[in-house]
Amino acid sequence: MQWETVIGLEVHVQLATRSKIFSGASTAFGAEPNTQACAVDLGLPGVLPVLNEAAVAMAVQFGLAIHAEIPEVSVFDRKNYFYPDLPKGYQTSQMYHPIVGAGEVEITLDDGSTKRVRVHHAHLEEDAGKSLHEDFHGMTGVDLNRAGTPLLEIVSEPDLRSAKEAAAYLKAIHSIVTYLGISDGNMAEGSMRCDVNVSVRPVGQEAFGTRAEIKNVNSFRFVERAIAFEVERQIELLEDGGQVVQETRLFDPDRDETRSMRTKEEANDYRYFPCPDLLPVVLDRAYVDHLRETLPELPADKRARFEKELGLSAYDAGVLSASREMAEYFERVKDVCGDAKQAANWVQGELSGALNREGLPIQHSPVSAEALGELIARVMDDTINGKAAKQVFQALWNGEGASADEVIEAKGLKQVTDSGAIEAMIDQVIADSPAQVAQYRDAEPDKRGKMIGYFVGQVMKASRGTANPQQVNALLKEKLDALC
Amino acid sequence: MHDKTLSELAVALEAGEFSSRELTEHLLARIERLDGDLNSFITVTAEQALAAADAADAARAAGKAGPLDGLPLALKDIFCTRGVKTSAGSRMLDNFVAPYDATVVERLKAAGTVSLGKTNMDEFAMGSSNENSFHGPVKNPWDPTAVPGGSSGGSAAAVAAGLVPAAMGTDTGGSIRQPAAFCGITGLKPTYGRVSRYGIIAYASSLDQAGPMARTAEDCARLLGAIAGHDLRDSTSVARGVPDYTEELEAPLTGLKIGLPREYFGDGLDPEVEAAVREAVKVYESLGASVSEVSLPHTHYAIPAYYVIAPAEASSNLSRYDGVRFGHRCDNPQDLIDLYERSRAEGFGEEVKRRILIGTHTLSEGFFDAYYKKAQQVRRLIRQDFLDAFEEVDVLMGPASPTPAFDLGANKDPVSMYLQDIYTIAVNLAGLPGISVPAGFVGRRPVGLQILGTHFAEARLLNVAHRFQQATDWHRRRPAIAEENV
Amino acid sequence: MALEHAEVMRAASLARLGLNDDEAARYVDDLGRILAMVDQLQSLDTEGVAPLAHPLDATQRLRADEVTETNHRDDFQRCAPAVEKGLYLVPRVVE
Repeated sequence: MQWETVIGLEVHVQLATRSKIFSGASTAFGAEPNTQACAVDLGLPGVLPVLNEAAVAMAVQFGLAIHAEIPEVSVFDRKNYFYPDLPKGYQTSQMYHPIVGAGEVEITLDDGSTKRVRVHHAHLEEDAGKSLHEDFHGMTGVDLNRAGTPLLEIVSEPDLRSAKEAAAYLKAIHSIVTYLGISDGNMAEGSMRCDVNVSVRPVGQEAFGTRAEIKNVNSFRFVERAIAFEVERQIELLEDGGQVVQETRLFDPDRDETRSMRTKEEANDYRYFPCPDLLPVVLDRAYVDHLRETLPELPADKRARFEKELGLSAYDAGVLSASREMAEYFERVKDVCGDAKQAANWVQGELSGALNREGLPIQHSPVSAEALGELIARVMDDTINGKAAKQVFQALWNGEGASADEVIEAKGLKQVTDSGAIEAMIDQVIADSPAQVAQYRDAEPDKRGKMIGYFVGQVMKASRGTANPQQVNALLKEKLDALC
Repeated sequence: MHDKTLSELAVALEAGEFSSRELTEHLLARIERLDGDLNSFITVTAEQALAAADAADAARAAGKAGPLDGLPLALKDIFCTRGVKTSAGSRMLDNFVAPYDATVVERLKAAGTVSLGKTNMDEFAMGSSNENSFHGPVKNPWDPTAVPGGSSGGSAAAVAAGLVPAAMGTDTGGSIRQPAAFCGITGLKPTYGRVSRYGIIAYASSLDQAGPMARTAEDCARLLGAIAGHDLRDSTSVARGVPDYTEELEAPLTGLKIGLPREYFGDGLDPEVEAAVREAVKVYESLGASVSEVSLPHTHYAIPAYYVIAPAEASSNLSRYDGVRFGHRCDNPQDLIDLYERSRAEGFGEEVKRRILIGTHTLSEGFFDAYYKKAQQVRRLIRQDFLDAFEEVDVLMGPASPTPAFDLGANKDPVSMYLQDIYTIAVNLAGLPGISVPAGFVGRRPVGLQILGTHFAEARLLNVAHRFQQATDWHRRRPAIAEENV
Repeated sequence: MALEHAEVMRAASLARLGLNDDEAARYVDDLGRILAMVDQLQSLDTEGVAPLAHPLDATQRLRADEVTETNHRDDFQRCAPAVEKGLYLVPRVVE
């Protein structure tokens, strides 16, 4: 039987606010346990929440970026359950009236095609703390620093049909939130995590199969692997005449498998009801319009502009618009050198290669966009040749100069185009290479083209790479042929 | 000294008749001597009180004393008080020393008042008799066989017994007004949002409101001025200016339109209580007010609606008591569930558990619409009843409770206990202000006249109550215990 | 709506309240009567009435995104039943 995979994602994005969603405690990562858990975060008797404006603004910006409707009124509800990392015994979330309504996200697949994925809604909620299971005499330690960090939970419709699509969707969300600057998108620190709902159904069947929810997957790669495993598991189960159980599963990256979370007790009943400590959030149109006007250009728009206005290929446009940092870097290089294609080649070639080797993100590139742009400009105006350009780049990477011009000057890499000077070097090389000249002379004329390489190399070496290679070639051919 | 009102004490302190320290020492001695039997205090903070009194005396000596400087009061044990046990009348929090001050406490301290300690209460403010306290019941100073009312029973009893001139209470369904009525003192429940709830241990968040309990409306006016006002830490507190509540106290009542809700004079009302209330209304007529009957047609749905909404909120508010970060924790928990279930079973009393169970049940899947949503719809209808009535009249008057204080142990059945709050509970659902003032006796037991106003009409209520107290002397009557010299 | 024993036990379990059989039986009775009283609500027609969550028609005020809290861990943990190395301790949580 042919099977179709149906996937929906719930992506939790930690918003990059300074303080927590309902308290004035810091959200900074990595502090000593419980030093950033204030009275409100700890749920001490009598404390009350007050909503952070930045969390609201960030959620609305996301909504605008995915062309979602922004309801005028949204309401916080309490989701009631007991867990040690949940200090109040309820999570303040939005069940019935989320801050962001239905929208859509465009994803780009490997073959360059695009697909629209519907977002059901996105809502604000508070993050929980962390349980640490290392040995405290067989006890678990609870750190509530993270409790109260604002989260935007983005719930997709079950529109995704493969692990690759799911990963592409997650990347698209990542790119939107980092473009907007509403999250650092750092998956290793848990700034973005997702729950994956997976089911399979026979191709052509309308009704969805029973789904399993894989909790807390925290990397693009794991999303793909977890889904791949889970799909295989479900198909195998069904083909063996079994049934998929609706349950929550965990992905174990070490074993590359998902496994059922032991159900701790009976099915949960979260008893959602409107949080009486918080009032309805009412967004007036002027506020939303202001946020809309200040929205930065988003990845999809940028990609389209790179293709249409800058004439880049779909592939290049996709790569260069994937992250806000990459796009900003590329555009600065392009502005400085004045040539989008050259800028694209350098950013994706020499620069990306070096960044990958060192494992650096582009915002930490030792070569500034201005310096790279200038370097490209110097190639384009023939100040240096391509070979010297690589030397200049390496020197800039190593911090041997602040600008391309400075390096060119210091290393004397300026291209020699004075034919008198080149001729003098050629004469010297010819004089120093009698054997090679003799071979050249004795060779059949159609073999000579290959043999000229030796002389070019010697001249370039004599010029320390600065001679214009085209000129060297032309003059050498002239002089050697004159000897024949 | 202990017989004076706050206003009289302020004058005496200013005149140098005695110091705040002398006053404080005197009251602490009375508490020491008389409260053993009364049980109105859970914690007496003598040391902090004397230090605060000394500071107030020093401020006065330096000519820097404000109007409330050096005046003693007590706090219901529901207000978080830094460095002081704050138990909410529960075993759950019997070991909880609050690490911060409630906004009300902060403001009272800033005004220079001297807190003598924390008063007894029904556990987590759930009760109408103060019999649901982990620290034992409080006796009514007028009659030791009667309850003082609840849940702010300790505050009411302490004021009535002359242990302290004023105390802070909270009112979720009548918990200021009913004990004030039972103990023959004046108690004001402000408009929801008028006083910050920050630091007040929550029972039902959309209903809870703190207010003053004292001997006179004038004293309540002074205290309300000190505690009212917007608080950035409470999203539900209202950003609205705080008037000088003493300014309008003397305004004449000529032309005042009083409405008597038909539903507040029906079945179940003790005839002697009714007689006292009708007598009080006559006093108002003599002061130039006109009286008409009005209707609040949804009155009888108030208790059912309340017993959905309040327990639902409570069941969630009380989930934080899990034995992890503060409060009672059972011995040797076997696992996480055992830690939760035993800590909470041991830490909470019976009435609290009952309400947690009701709230949990009514919020659970399949019941939410029939109970919670329905109750909230009814809540709107109840509020509308009042808003309609206030189109016709300025204030509403009626009894604070259908009976005078009942006997200790008389209401064993929870439902019959709940029905005691028939005249007070709708006010909380509607978020309105209300005040109870002494208006007579049934035998030895006081009767309270309840006066209700529209949202933020506290100044008007205090004015109406004050003029009554100028025309009558019910508020000057003292139980024998208050006359006892120490 | 009459209340079953199982419903009380379910509520107790959701609320993490340990109940013994005697208590459970008593609560079945109490809660049954309380809910019978509450059921008076059902006789009222509320068609088209918007639920009222807050007594005032106020809207949420927003707080500026500023860090205003400092570390008070020692203060806060003084009333904690079990802490070690700054962490709150609970019986081992099995995931």
